[in-house]
Amino acid sequence: MELSITARQSLTAPSRPEAEHDAAAQASAPGGPWPGSRPKGRVALRQVGKTYLSSAGPVQALQDIELEIAPGSIFGIIGRSGAGKSSLLRTINRLETPTSGRIEVDGVDIATLDDAQLVQLRRRIGMIFQHFNLLSAKTVFDNIALPLRVAGVPRQQLEGRVRELLALVGLEDKADTYPRRLSGGQKQRVGIARALASGPEILLCDEATSALDPETTHAILQLLRDINRKLGITVILITHEMSVIREIADQVLVLEQGRIAELGPVWQVFGNPAHPATQALLAPLQQGLPPELLDQLQTVPPSGLHERILQLQYRGGDGLEPDLLRVAQALGGKTRLLQASVERIQGHTHGQLYIALADVTGSPDWQALTQGPTAIAHHIKELGYVTRT
Amino acid sequence: MSLELSLSIPIERYGNALVDTLQMVGISGALALVAGIPLAVLLIVTAPGGFLASPRVHRVLGSIINGFRATPFIVLLVALIPLTRLVAGTTIGVWAAIVPLAISATPFFARIVEVSLREVDPGLVEAAQALGCKKWDIVRHVYLPEALPGIVGGFTITLVALISSSAMAGAVGAGGLGDLAIRYGYQRFDTQVMVIVIAVLILLVSVVQRIGDGYVRWLRQR
Repeated sequence: MELSITARQSLTAPSRPEAEHDAAAQASAPGGPWPGSRPKGRVALRQVGKTYLSSAGPVQALQDIELEIAPGSIFGIIGRSGAGKSSLLRTINRLETPTSGRIEVDGVDIATLDDAQLVQLRRRIGMIFQHFNLLSAKTVFDNIALPLRVAGVPRQQLEGRVRELLALVGLEDKADTYPRRLSGGQKQRVGIARALASGPEILLCDEATSALDPETTHAILQLLRDINRKLGITVILITHEMSVIREIADQVLVLEQGRIAELGPVWQVFGNPAHPATQALLAPLQQGLPPELLDQLQTVPPSGLHERILQLQYRGGDGLEPDLLRVAQALGGKTRLLQASVERIQGHTHGQLYIALADVTGSPDWQALTQGPTAIAHHIKELGYVTRT
Repeated sequence: MSLELSLSIPIERYGNALVDTLQMVGISGALALVAGIPLAVLLIVTAPGGFLASPRVHRVLGSIINGFRATPFIVLLVALIPLTRLVAGTTIGVWAAIVPLAISATPFFARIVEVSLREVDPGLVEAAQALGCKKWDIVRHVYLPEALPGIVGGFTITLVALISSSAMAGAVGAGGLGDLAIRYGYQRFDTQVMVIVIAVLILLVSVVQRIGDGYVRWLRQR
């Protein structure tokens, strides 16, 4: 935790190594495939497919992937293991080549790049890994310096740049340490600094927090968000944890068996998950009715005193908020809040309220309560009845 | 009682033999180091899945290495005489032994280095590629430094094996400690020479092994 604080404090907009970067780029391929204006970090996938040949026959890892990632955004890709997330991420810097379709980075089809241009592309796309992949034989300083050294950055410039990156990730005092002596969170910070060394426009994160504890995960995600905001870098991350997406992503792609299950702004996909895969991934984040209440639930009203159990759902959008006074007034009886899980994502409220309603005869007009100006929730579900004690 | 009187042969004989052994082992070891590492790198990068994957080059290289490794050193020593004459200009003496010693040690060492290189985490190679490293950068910054403890350990084993092989160099009149032990200790039944030579060889091997182990430990502890 102490690291995240220093990192945030030291994040005083470090200068992008524009001069070095361009010099290196020109050295490797004069002009390069991106002539003219400075690239922005826009990624587009056009009908991308990938088929592996396994002993059991061809395996479709990716199919019909069509998407665009806006420059400067944080794009999350989520899916169960084996859904094709890793393959998808790796096609963007051509660590894997798709078997069909095209990938465009700032309008250039990356399949057309020759070896030198590919190296140049990769210097514009940083990458961090689940298991950090730091070189054990090199110090923290030398790990971060590697992308600069291989790009031919002069020694004096290199030193300053590495110090700047160390400050950015809050590891100024670890320059001469070997990775083995670092904690998981510190290793990932070195990974991030190394990925940012050549001043990329895009950062690929391959399950970057999956090997970290929740506290460190939070700190690393904060750092990624800060980097995204301060440096304007497009961040593309894959994860199997919805909480990671919820914490930092703008857009989310839900991948299921190599296909797009859902794609959209996080608040929308989270607020109204349409695909079973999304619902399954969201399940751990959602609280249902407590089990003891579920056990008592009856489908027909019992003869004695009873309460009706309602679920009010909020899916973000329409400016609809769980306004408790209005809910109570609209339902018109004795209203008891049993359980609620509501959160705000990107300024949209979503979640659900579980309410016990008593002393109401007949059925309220659900239509009116979920539509138009009289709406109190996006959806109201009658779950059943319980006997009042 | 002075030292000379107690020795059956002059002490200079031991000194000369030790120098010959060190010369043979040192020079052929250095040659194996210089030739073995590139050979191992070539084996790794041409292997299936390597970044210069070439099954044919890999197979041919592997076969040559296996051929040399299968031939007993004493046979190699004789079989290589024409080559030795070509390279060293002589077929007797220390230099005549260095050529076959180096040629037998190189494939041995290359195989050990190959194993160390193969154990380098493929994730590191992938990370280096993703960072914009070219092929040579990956060899220089990833494969060799990451495999260094294994390479150093392998070189230690190679040196010890060379000390042992160099005992056979007497067959081409190269001298050395082993030759001394055979000519005096075995053929003339001079037990004293035999015991002293064995003691010196044990000491030599221990020193080499200890230096190697120490270096590996230091590398791993960083």
